[in-house]
Amino acid sequence: MSQSLVTMSYIAATILFILSLSGLSHQETARRGNYYGMAGMAIAIIATALSDAVNAYVILILALLVGGAIGAKAALRVEMTQMPELVAIMHSLVGLAAVLVGYANFMDTGASLSGVEKTIHETEIYIGVLIGAVTFSGSVIAFGKLSGKINGKPVLIPLRHWLNLALLIFVIGLGQVFLEQAESGGGFWPLLIMTFIALAFGVHMVMAIGGADMPVVVSMLNSYSGWAAAATGFMLSNDLLIVTGALVGSSGAILSYIMCRAMNRNFISVIAGGFGTGSSGEAAAVEGDVYPIEAEETAQMLLAAKNIMIIPGYGMAVAQAQHTVNEITKLLRDKGKKVRFGIHPVAGRMPGHMNVLLAEAKVPYDIVYEMDEINEDFPNVDVTIVIGANDIVNPSALDDPNSPIAGMPVLECWKGGTTIALKRSMASGYAGVGNPLFVLENTRMLFGDANETMQAVLKALQH
Amino acid sequence: MKIGIPKEIHEGEKRVATTPEAAEKIIKMGFEVSLESGAGAGADISDEAYKEVGVTIVKSTKALWKNADIIMKVRPPERHPELAIDEVELLSQGRHLISFIWPAQNEELMQKLAAKGATVLAMDSVPRISRAQKLDALSSMANIAGYRAVIEAAQHFGRFFTGQITAAGKIPPAKVLVIGAGVAGLAAIGTAKGMGAIVRAFDTRPEVKEQIESMDAEFLMLDFEEEGSGTGGYAKTMSKEFIEAEMALFARQAMEVDIIITTALIPGKPAPELITQGMVKSMKPGSVIVDLAAEQGGNCALTEKDKVVVKLDVTIIGYTNLPSRLANQSSQLYATNLRHLLTELCPEKNGVLNVNMDDEVIRGTTVIKEGKITWPPPPPKLSVAPPPQTDAPAYPAVQAQEKKSAIPDSIKQLMPLIVGGLALFGIGSVAPTSFMSHFTVFVLACFIGYQVIWNVTPSLHTPLMSVTNAISGIIVIGALVQISAPGAIVSILAGLAILIASINIAGGFLVTRRMLEMFRK
Repeated sequence: MSQSLVTMSYIAATILFILSLSGLSHQETARRGNYYGMAGMAIAIIATALSDAVNAYVILILALLVGGAIGAKAALRVEMTQMPELVAIMHSLVGLAAVLVGYANFMDTGASLSGVEKTIHETEIYIGVLIGAVTFSGSVIAFGKLSGKINGKPVLIPLRHWLNLALLIFVIGLGQVFLEQAESGGGFWPLLIMTFIALAFGVHMVMAIGGADMPVVVSMLNSYSGWAAAATGFMLSNDLLIVTGALVGSSGAILSYIMCRAMNRNFISVIAGGFGTGSSGEAAAVEGDVYPIEAEETAQMLLAAKNIMIIPGYGMAVAQAQHTVNEITKLLRDKGKKVRFGIHPVAGRMPGHMNVLLAEAKVPYDIVYEMDEINEDFPNVDVTIVIGANDIVNPSALDDPNSPIAGMPVLECWKGGTTIALKRSMASGYAGVGNPLFVLENTRMLFGDANETMQAVLKALQH
Repeated sequence: MKIGIPKEIHEGEKRVATTPEAAEKIIKMGFEVSLESGAGAGADISDEAYKEVGVTIVKSTKALWKNADIIMKVRPPERHPELAIDEVELLSQGRHLISFIWPAQNEELMQKLAAKGATVLAMDSVPRISRAQKLDALSSMANIAGYRAVIEAAQHFGRFFTGQITAAGKIPPAKVLVIGAGVAGLAAIGTAKGMGAIVRAFDTRPEVKEQIESMDAEFLMLDFEEEGSGTGGYAKTMSKEFIEAEMALFARQAMEVDIIITTALIPGKPAPELITQGMVKSMKPGSVIVDLAAEQGGNCALTEKDKVVVKLDVTIIGYTNLPSRLANQSSQLYATNLRHLLTELCPEKNGVLNVNMDDEVIRGTTVIKEGKITWPPPPPKLSVAPPPQTDAPAYPAVQAQEKKSAIPDSIKQLMPLIVGGLALFGIGSVAPTSFMSHFTVFVLACFIGYQVIWNVTPSLHTPLMSVTNAISGIIVIGALVQISAPGAIVSILAGLAILIASINIAGGFLVTRRMLEMFRK
């Protein structure tokens, strides 16, 4: 296959990728978008494999098949509640691949460049490996935190900002050394040392970020994996890689921005880590009494209500309660009640996490609303059920300027009739902030595992 | 421990201290419950209903009192009409009694109970703090009284409450004045409003204005500055000038309204007289006054306790047993209050009472502890209304902080542009042409990505992440072009990269497909 033909295929693949992402703007076109993506990827791989540069078909096909099989198996087996973990580990793979390609490219002596072009090429390798390594180790830690293998609490090393700055300066200095040695064919050691520093930096960065900030971290790593691919593209002078990497990178960056805005947090402060470190005064302590109720009483309140809102949070994912919630929703809708879901942008551990869980349980997506769509409607709601959510329904975000989550937009369920909050215990949310919602007069607490209590409510409703 | 529920002996008292629902839960806490036969009859609850949940039915009054460790009832102990013996005498030495007691008015009863070595918890002495709301029997009874007051008024009022326009003519809505917006007053407002009347309300405590207005009733303002809130959420006695202004307001209203419901009480004092004979006279014939303070002497000068009288063409209702007139409902609420009290007293659910005097709620409710009178308790620490000064001070501090930023906003906004421009200029000045063409592609791609991603609906953010994950597997291309390069290490590295990237590609696309299949309308 000639080089022009390959380039032509790349252009086709690029267009297909863009169509793929724009397809995701609506549910109706999303499936088609995914097929565009597959087609683009197939064209790109086949065109490259058939190009003149490639002849080691045995390793190539073997690696593709084995990798593809592993990926397919993981994709078909994963539980929808584990999606954040899967996404995180897949980010780490992109990072690792970028590191490997960078090293391969560094050792490949076939290309002959000289002067400024060579320097730029070496710089590109250096940067590509750097981003790849940070993405890799950061994603692995994010995976550990999301799957509960690593404690979700932020680990804050004293003077961590200075440490980060020192590492950055050291990496830049090391880059200088690397470029000088690479002139004369060396440079392996600086590259290796830098890789380890980048790995350590990735670990340190994500370790310092708390559980509630995970949506930002996951989308940020998504962005990094894109920039890693783009850097690899520069290194190989491959426009397809550059374009795709840029698309993915900006996608992740925008998601990070949306998540930060939803939490009223500064992107820099999320990355710098540690939730709640920026608050100026003492947050007001939550005082008062909770009113616990039982499942039967909940069922009666639901039967008496006309307009019901359900706010799911991470607790629903943990308890796998989405199917029971759907059963209850169906039953209530059959009784002629208006049941809607209100989703906070950062509910769960990943952008759109709750939507996927509800979709899995076959909740129709046209009754699932975004926060901005339904927040003004709460005064008309008779009963709100909060399932395992805390910070996203915390009124102190609006009225307590000293609260660590002050200014974060929240679902204002307390403006409705009655709020029923499902919780395992009175522990505070990931932000470690007390929630005055739970002691309001029109709030009732339904304690227990979300799935078991929802089952009990369902049973009581069926009577 | 054994709980005994005797039949109420006060004349006209139809309530009972527990219901089958409450008894079932009390038994679950480890108690044994026995009930005097026919105790629930007045509230339309049969002995069989109690038996079903495991309550023992006892025929003899004496046996019930004798065997029970804890007696739960509604009214304070009094002389038994049939047995001709005081109920206090029936109570064995050193037992527990939980009921209404009114210790301030019943000093003699208190002495007798103390002599018996009893531990007595008075449901009328539950402290008015938010934690104790669920066992506040005064509130739950007042709620019923307020509702029933309107129903009684409607019974004796000759017209509709709601206004109507019918073929036979226009009917104006009834005008109701509620004096005292405590629990009973608010319940009366809600009920009267629900029946369609025009409702006005008055209270000396300004903080209830909001509550009254939230129920869609009109709060009558007085041109007079005086804070009427006493401790513990109750009203206090007002100054002479205030009362004069208040009386003038009532006199004006009396001429206008059809129904007056008075609920004004000051703890430990006779009820204030608010509606004078002259005001009653000025009311329209057929008007109704319901005096919920009749027990404490009445807010209306002409009220007769426990009676309905018609004086000066106005019906004046002085019933003091309004909750008992809704016996089933009030028994249910009272039984629930008692059950909550037992939960407080028996936190371990082992069927043993623990009268913990360090607990503010139990301390307040207990009026006699093992024969020693502990009433009155120290005043509760928390008022219902927070002190008004604590609202504001947090805000100015924050505003001051915001102003500190040294750099003007305009420069802040321009900064990224300047930095970006300088960076581009820096790259442009050293980079070769081949790099620049790639860089052009890169910047344009970022821009396209920016435009495309903003259109993605938030509910598809997870599929977006997994599909971008799959797409970033495009890095496989980088590995593909290197796999045939000379050198085993390079081949191995590239082969590994292909393997890893293809996990991403297959996994990302397939999981996205799986997710998108699930999104259904």
